[in-house]
Amino acid sequence: MVVFDKPHALTDAPLHYCPGCTHGIVHRLVAEVIDELGIEGQTIGVAPVGCSVMAYNYFNCDMIEAAHGRAPAVATGVKRANPKENIVFTYQGDGDLASIGMAETVHAAARNENITIIFINNAIYGMTGGQMAPTSLPGQVTQTSPYGRDVNHCGYPIRVCELLSELEGPEYLARVTVNSVKNIKAAKAAIKKAFQNQIDGKGFSLVEVLSSCPTNWGMTPQKALKWIDEAMIPYYPLGVYKDRSAKEEAK
Amino acid sequence: MAKLTFKTDLCKGCGLCVDACPKHLLRLSPDAINKKGHHPAELTDEAACVGCAFCATMCPDCVIKVER
Repeated sequence: MVVFDKPHALTDAPLHYCPGCTHGIVHRLVAEVIDELGIEGQTIGVAPVGCSVMAYNYFNCDMIEAAHGRAPAVATGVKRANPKENIVFTYQGDGDLASIGMAETVHAAARNENITIIFINNAIYGMTGGQMAPTSLPGQVTQTSPYGRDVNHCGYPIRVCELLSELEGPEYLARVTVNSVKNIKAAKAAIKKAFQNQIDGKGFSLVEVLSSCPTNWGMTPQKALKWIDEAMIPYYPLGVYKDRSAKEEAK
Repeated sequence: MAKLTFKTDLCKGCGLCVDACPKHLLRLSPDAINKKGHHPAELTDEAACVGCAFCATMCPDCVIKVER
């Protein structure tokens, strides 16, 4: 009996990500959820600009490449074109979603668009070589903050889930991570719920995944996973930030 | 008995599976080098593997297939 194998919704193309990058794990979780919900034929993904810019090579469903940061806007169009059939997800990094695409993200959430967003937060610009991102931690050393991020000069990192949770619009906001087997199981459950919400027509679901970037953090893959626990989770606490349906059912 | 199959040429030698194995049965092969130029992961003791799939769960590149 096969206990574990590559999900059908992933293609055979070898991933271009650096060794130990957790993008691969999140790709697989999304693909597993697509398989389990049986929605591969009707799913349309929107790829961002960033390390995951070539995500369209890796998912077996239809994919669209959006302009930098505009994935939620493109997803809005795709979803509204055929709201009953299309299951639409975007897969975005922090440079895409929290920086140049912040307006599209906030307004898609405010409108409660019935789309699913997978947001990879690795606290750095990966593809361009490790510059400071809006999510880089205070004191974090990057290419453009060689003495550590100075909050007096560069401001504070943005907590996207907390920011969006103040809006009336979004249905589901959760922050998870993939740095251990236990956390990966929890991450998959959150991603599955985000897709199920869309199938049920509940609205905007965003799952923020704390991810590692061993290359640009200058760490081994093992050390990078530990750094998520030690540095990232204290600033970006895990948990569900909004779950409107569950809240209404509890009333 | 569990059986692990490695798609060796996809392995990038990151070693996340090595750390994930609760029984410490995996290692990066000290001798072999794959197409990408990495030392791929390998199982050291087939008989002791219980097929928990922790290694495959942590693998970012879907290298490991687990059968039980």
